[in-house]
Amino acid sequence: MAKTALKPGGRFKSAVSDAQVMVVKAPAGEHELGCGGTDMLAGNAEGSGSLPADDTGEVLIGKRYVNADESLELLCTKGGKGTLVFNGTPLEIKQAKQLPSSD
Amino acid sequence: MNISTILDMAAEAFGERTGVVHAGTRMDYASLRVRAHAAAAAIKASGARYVVMLDVSSPAAPVAIFGAAYAGVPYVPLNYRLTKPEINELLARVTPGYVIVGDAYRALVEPRDDLQLVSRADFLALPPAGDEPPQPEEDPRAVAVQLFTSGTTGKPKAAILRHENLMSYIMGTVEFASADEADAIVVTVPPYHIAGISAVLSSTYACRRIVQLENFEPRAWLDAMRRESVSNAFLVPTMLQRIVEHLDAAGAQPDLPALRALAYGGGKMPLSTITRAMALFPGVDFTNAYGLTETSSTVAVLGPEDHRLAAASDDPMIRRRLGSVGKPAAVEIEIRDEDGRVLGAEEAGLVFVRGPQVSGEYESLGSQLDADGWFPTKDRGYLDADGYLYLDGRADDVIVRGGENISPGEIEDVLLSHPAVADCACVAMPDEQWGEAVAAAIVLKPGTQAGVSELQDMVKGALRSSRVPQKIVFKDALPYNETGKVLRRVIRQEFA
Repeated sequence: MAKTALKPGGRFKSAVSDAQVMVVKAPAGEHELGCGGTDMLAGNAEGSGSLPADDTGEVLIGKRYVNADESLELLCTKGGKGTLVFNGTPLEIKQAKQLPSSD
Repeated sequence: MNISTILDMAAEAFGERTGVVHAGTRMDYASLRVRAHAAAAAIKASGARYVVMLDVSSPAAPVAIFGAAYAGVPYVPLNYRLTKPEINELLARVTPGYVIVGDAYRALVEPRDDLQLVSRADFLALPPAGDEPPQPEEDPRAVAVQLFTSGTTGKPKAAILRHENLMSYIMGTVEFASADEADAIVVTVPPYHIAGISAVLSSTYACRRIVQLENFEPRAWLDAMRRESVSNAFLVPTMLQRIVEHLDAAGAQPDLPALRALAYGGGKMPLSTITRAMALFPGVDFTNAYGLTETSSTVAVLGPEDHRLAAASDDPMIRRRLGSVGKPAAVEIEIRDEDGRVLGAEEAGLVFVRGPQVSGEYESLGSQLDADGWFPTKDRGYLDADGYLYLDGRADDVIVRGGENISPGEIEDVLLSHPAVADCACVAMPDEQWGEAVAAAIVLKPGTQAGVSELQDMVKGALRSSRVPQKIVFKDALPYNETGKVLRRVIRQEFA
């Protein structure tokens, strides 16, 4: 996998499905970010690939995805198939803080 | 990070769901995005550096908020209740500007070459943009919203809210698509109030239908609530007070079977009003939200369970929480004294807030955050041992009598407990001996009486002699601004 710099506000899309994410926070430096076994694509980049049969994961719109120490956080802005993987490790859904609606 | 992502996600997930209702107009999220794209194209073509809104609530407000975001230009809603000179002074500070103006306010605007005026109707009828949707920049530091503060002293300050502040607020406090299709919220706060902006962002992210009312009036509010089977509402305290009074005067029950949650904020809620409202709306979840423009709206929340526990408790320490603004939401809060020392539980001082949603920044004045990122709210208050925040008024409203700091709030609480007192405000009055002394303006309930010495004795008995109002005047009503803040400077002038 190729390495890329991740900055808050940066957008990436899956090369193998409709999934799109926005970077909420990320550690400094360059990292591998994949979805469905293939590098995610930055901005308007074009790419292609196919979802491996054994990847039954799905990225859900509105969910936030984090690594173990929560140094990386992504927001899914468009749902799609495939598992999000950061530096070789699948990302987990972050549990949202439940607050009553205040506005 | 750009707040247009909020609309993209709602349109993507629930494009056909109604997002905004206003008078006879209904707009779904897909249409709202088409309108916002069209607005962005027109804004970009105009070369404007600001998108200005001078109008009451209408679908043009969410279209302009998101359209400005797609175009990468700040959205600047103006207070249409200001005088003509005040409005034109503000307009001179937001040039070149693309100005959406309601027909009723057109005459207030003095034409300038660097302002492009467009009517609400024309703005909502712009031709759709081309096939290529506008791509906002990915700069999270870009300014999303600029709001002029009310400027009680001197020139109004322009508070700056960046995309990263507002997105942090929304992602930290709202779960995407958490509303059911039937859910709706009635929004009565004007578009130039931070709560009017956060209502658009929060509701769109939750995919909750917004029902807009141009002005608040209890009967119209109740009618709209019934007609749209509204589940949620946000009110400033005076609005809730007027609804309670309206229902009690008619001897009527609210009759709002769809209503589940009432949030309130933007000023101090009288204990009598919230207690009565909870009795009138027994099954409804009440939430008190405390926030400021400079903090992208809510920073503390007193939730429904807190309300129920407090109302049902005999323990005065629990019961008093009905007067609290609750616990920190997605921020940290601490209390400091005048010298910057961090205070412990129950110690009153100045309220400081820290977190990614906190901008604490004004145009040309820059950031007001300290080296560690804390923002001085200029509100006074204290935290209890369980972390509940109690507010004590603005630091500027403190009465300094002979070197002693006196909070008007504690005296007002005592006076309001008198059965004849409907409303009151305590302010500083000049005093030769003490520098400042306490003065009180009091509104009595119709058909009741209370004497000056009786009220003074009551304060003396509950507090200390230094708290006793030296002068008391009786008024028919206190002056409030349109969002329910009592205008202390106007009352102070009476005693000057």
